[in-house]
Amino acid sequence: MNFQFTEEQLMIQQAARDYAQRELIKDVLERDEKALYPTEHVKNLAELGFLGMLVSEKWDGGGMDTVSYVLAMEEISKVDASVSVIMSVNNSLVCYGLEKFGNDAQREKYLRPLARGEKIGAFLLSEPEAGSDATKQRTTAVDMGDYYLLNGTKNWITNGNTASTYLVIAHTHPEKGHRGINVFIVERHSEGITVGPHENKMGMRSSDTHSVMFNDVKVPKENRIGEDGFGFKFAMKTLEGGRIGIASQALGIASGALELATKYAKERKAFGTEIINHQAIAFKLADMAVKVENARNLCLKAAWLKDQGQAYGTASAMAKMYAADIAMEVTTEAVQIHGGYGYVKEYHVERLMREAKLTQIYEGTSEVQKIIISRSLME
Amino acid sequence: MKILVCLSNVPDTTTKIKLSGDQSALDMAGVQWVINPWDELALTRALDLKEKSEGKIDTITVITVGESLTEPTIRKALAVGADDAVRINLNPTDDYEVASNIAAWVKNNPYDIILSGIESSDFNGSAVGGMLAEFLKIPSVSSVSFLDMEGDKPLMKREIPGGTETIRVPMPFVAIVQKGIALDPRIPAMRGIMMARKKELTVVEPTGEGAKSTYIGFAMPKAKAKVKMIDAENAGQLITLLHEEAKVI
Amino acid sequence: MSVIVYTENWDGKFKKSSYELVSYAHAIASELGVETIAISIGQVPEDQLNVLANYGANKVLCVKNPELAVLDNAAYASAIARAAKANNAQVVVFANNFTGKAVAPRVAVKLEAGMANSVTTLPLSFSPFVVQKNIFNGKAQGKLQINSDIKVLSLAQNSFGIKESNVSLTIENFDAQLDSSKFNTELIEKNTVSGKIILTDAELVVSGGRGMKSPDNWGPLEELAAILGAGTACSRPVADEGWRPHSEHVGQTGKVIAPNLYIALGISGAIQHLAGVSSSKVIVAVNTDPEAPFFEAADYGILGDVNKILPKLVEAAKAFKAHS
Repeated sequence: MNFQFTEEQLMIQQAARDYAQRELIKDVLERDEKALYPTEHVKNLAELGFLGMLVSEKWDGGGMDTVSYVLAMEEISKVDASVSVIMSVNNSLVCYGLEKFGNDAQREKYLRPLARGEKIGAFLLSEPEAGSDATKQRTTAVDMGDYYLLNGTKNWITNGNTASTYLVIAHTHPEKGHRGINVFIVERHSEGITVGPHENKMGMRSSDTHSVMFNDVKVPKENRIGEDGFGFKFAMKTLEGGRIGIASQALGIASGALELATKYAKERKAFGTEIINHQAIAFKLADMAVKVENARNLCLKAAWLKDQGQAYGTASAMAKMYAADIAMEVTTEAVQIHGGYGYVKEYHVERLMREAKLTQIYEGTSEVQKIIISRSLME
Repeated sequence: MKILVCLSNVPDTTTKIKLSGDQSALDMAGVQWVINPWDELALTRALDLKEKSEGKIDTITVITVGESLTEPTIRKALAVGADDAVRINLNPTDDYEVASNIAAWVKNNPYDIILSGIESSDFNGSAVGGMLAEFLKIPSVSSVSFLDMEGDKPLMKREIPGGTETIRVPMPFVAIVQKGIALDPRIPAMRGIMMARKKELTVVEPTGEGAKSTYIGFAMPKAKAKVKMIDAENAGQLITLLHEEAKVI
Repeated sequence: MSVIVYTENWDGKFKKSSYELVSYAHAIASELGVETIAISIGQVPEDQLNVLANYGANKVLCVKNPELAVLDNAAYASAIARAAKANNAQVVVFANNFTGKAVAPRVAVKLEAGMANSVTTLPLSFSPFVVQKNIFNGKAQGKLQINSDIKVLSLAQNSFGIKESNVSLTIENFDAQLDSSKFNTELIEKNTVSGKIILTDAELVVSGGRGMKSPDNWGPLEELAAILGAGTACSRPVADEGWRPHSEHVGQTGKVIAPNLYIALGISGAIQHLAGVSSSKVIVAVNTDPEAPFFEAADYGILGDVNKILPKLVEAAKAFKAHS
């Protein structure tokens, strides 16, 4: 066992912290209030290499390990989960999927600009009637000989409007069930694509979430990833890694709330002393600290397994479920510790609480994670 | 052209200062080490100058007098763009020792411009740059808030009380820089962090003079008396108190 | 044997800080039983020089070499070091100001002397020679022992105070014998704001932070400063936002000041800001947040909106000046 981070991992953590505490903090409240997309921040983070940090150097990525990714995601999410979800989707769903399962031509054309952060990707799996049960895809891609013809609607798509590159999951042979599913690279500005309005969300309000409609969209044959029928496996494998990103996001939301609550408890006075000296508050903080530390360890364990090339699907499900659930608990307590101040926007913790809720829902709800974890026990 | 930037490794500026039980030493357990903020500004300006020099400035070297625990901050300097680094392997006792050892290196490895921050945020020493220039018998300019190249000639502004002076000295020289010289320090990019691994960090043993002074003890400042609150409605009363009680106006 | 003190002049005049410095040098010289010798560079009228006797200077050396017309750090250091050697100085004292920071380190090397900057008290002991100085921007004090024969000190402003002592003074000219070919600081342009109080010299300072809400609200602050004869300063966010010039920024990375009175208006008092002002003799904090850390550091506090309180202060200051 070795709990020591490398010099590089620490440098990446510090870089992410510096960017978050120096830049993201400046306008996070305004972006949340007005649901503004963080255009400048995405550009800056791309220049710093955060948007493709997991992609190998060969394909213009940062070539960093997953442990560094967890550290960076935590720091960014402490301040702004809207920004970190953009980073997470691009890194651990789109770039990871393309690098791991795409061919060289696809990597050359689509992965490079995504790894450099010049373009942004989106992962289109959820549908109005297919959320947790991903096999019930209604979007279809019909083989027309030279191309596929794509029809259907995708929901809750992060980066839905800003992305240039979509990875779309669709049925090519609905009769074959999940073996009839494929994944396609679709360019955002192809004819027949309509992007719905920006969803007016409870939290993570500055990431752009949209529905995307496909109406007879022609997709070149060479844009299918992998063998015919590989789509479902692609989605499941990619989501295994994606869970580490969202788990780290939930971790960051929780640890950000813990930091704010601790700071507040050291400054705020009641009954003649700083409230951290009251056991009611001190014990709350102690419980929160243990939860955050547990979540961090689960995230790092899953990341470490992935970096070692070992199976990490169950570990990432545990990290995602636990981190998301404690993010909800810890942020709720952080609001409680802040009292009335916690309920107003300037103190950030109510926003973190709204953001935490989403981590229990997207990229596999906490209930779906329990299915994954319990199935591993049945084996 | 070559630029040397002197870096000091200091505790993060938000560090809470603690003393050892007998007050003979500072308790540095758990301290996070960073590049001295003024030195970091110096480095930022050096990188800006190199980038717009169209190749005229070919290397930025950073130098630190310190033991191996200073290497993470040196690597950070390399990650944000310094080309190579020198570490003089010595835990220094005072500014004299630091300056003398850097001078010993520079005598054999000349630079055109040497930059150093005006102060270190730990012991608030502000002598390294000036001492270094004196050891090297070259000009020094202090309180520099602007440095640019006019063709091949560097031009500087220094902050004097109530204004600035635009001045020029022949190279090589030491510029002791302060706020204004550069904007926010840079955040290292992934590419830089990866490249930092491959850049040269030369470690040399000390050959300069020893220290002339040493810290023998520390103390915490005296606790301040409690604040006297004045009612906002009668805020004007403050002026009376400042005159009659505090006697400062 | 002597204690040498460099007394800077501004357009031929000394300031209160010069007298504080001479008082300090004289106190050390008295302990050592040696003379206090002031060095003055450039043209200073005799009546100005004679005033230094009131604070304990036994002798003034007037250095008028033409190489010293512009502040060339090396030339100034050569002149002062030469005078120190010629007078067998044991201690050389500077102010911890712009010129002191520029010149003292070079003098230390020339004299192979250990140096302590920003010293806040008389030496704690003379053998061994130990001084106390601020470290970590005043968050702690360090006791520094200087082991060299000659010691170079720079005194933190407003830390010792002016002490009168009447001695008789002689004025001598001193030729620093400088080789002009060696010194080549070329002054191209000088920009000074006349009439404005220099922040680092100001005895009273009125300072604004983000709580001022807008750069348009600075009128009453400036008015208050003008009535009191105070300098104006600001916090870092305000300078970074461009509401006020960077030259007004006080704090850890800005200017460090130690006035008699520091009035902080709408500044929360982050540790980095306090580092730049905590040596002020009296601190006033005005803030809407009762938990603002500045109230811990302040002597007087007012809880409320600065923009509502400022007009009341201006009015009271006007009334006070009218009656005094």
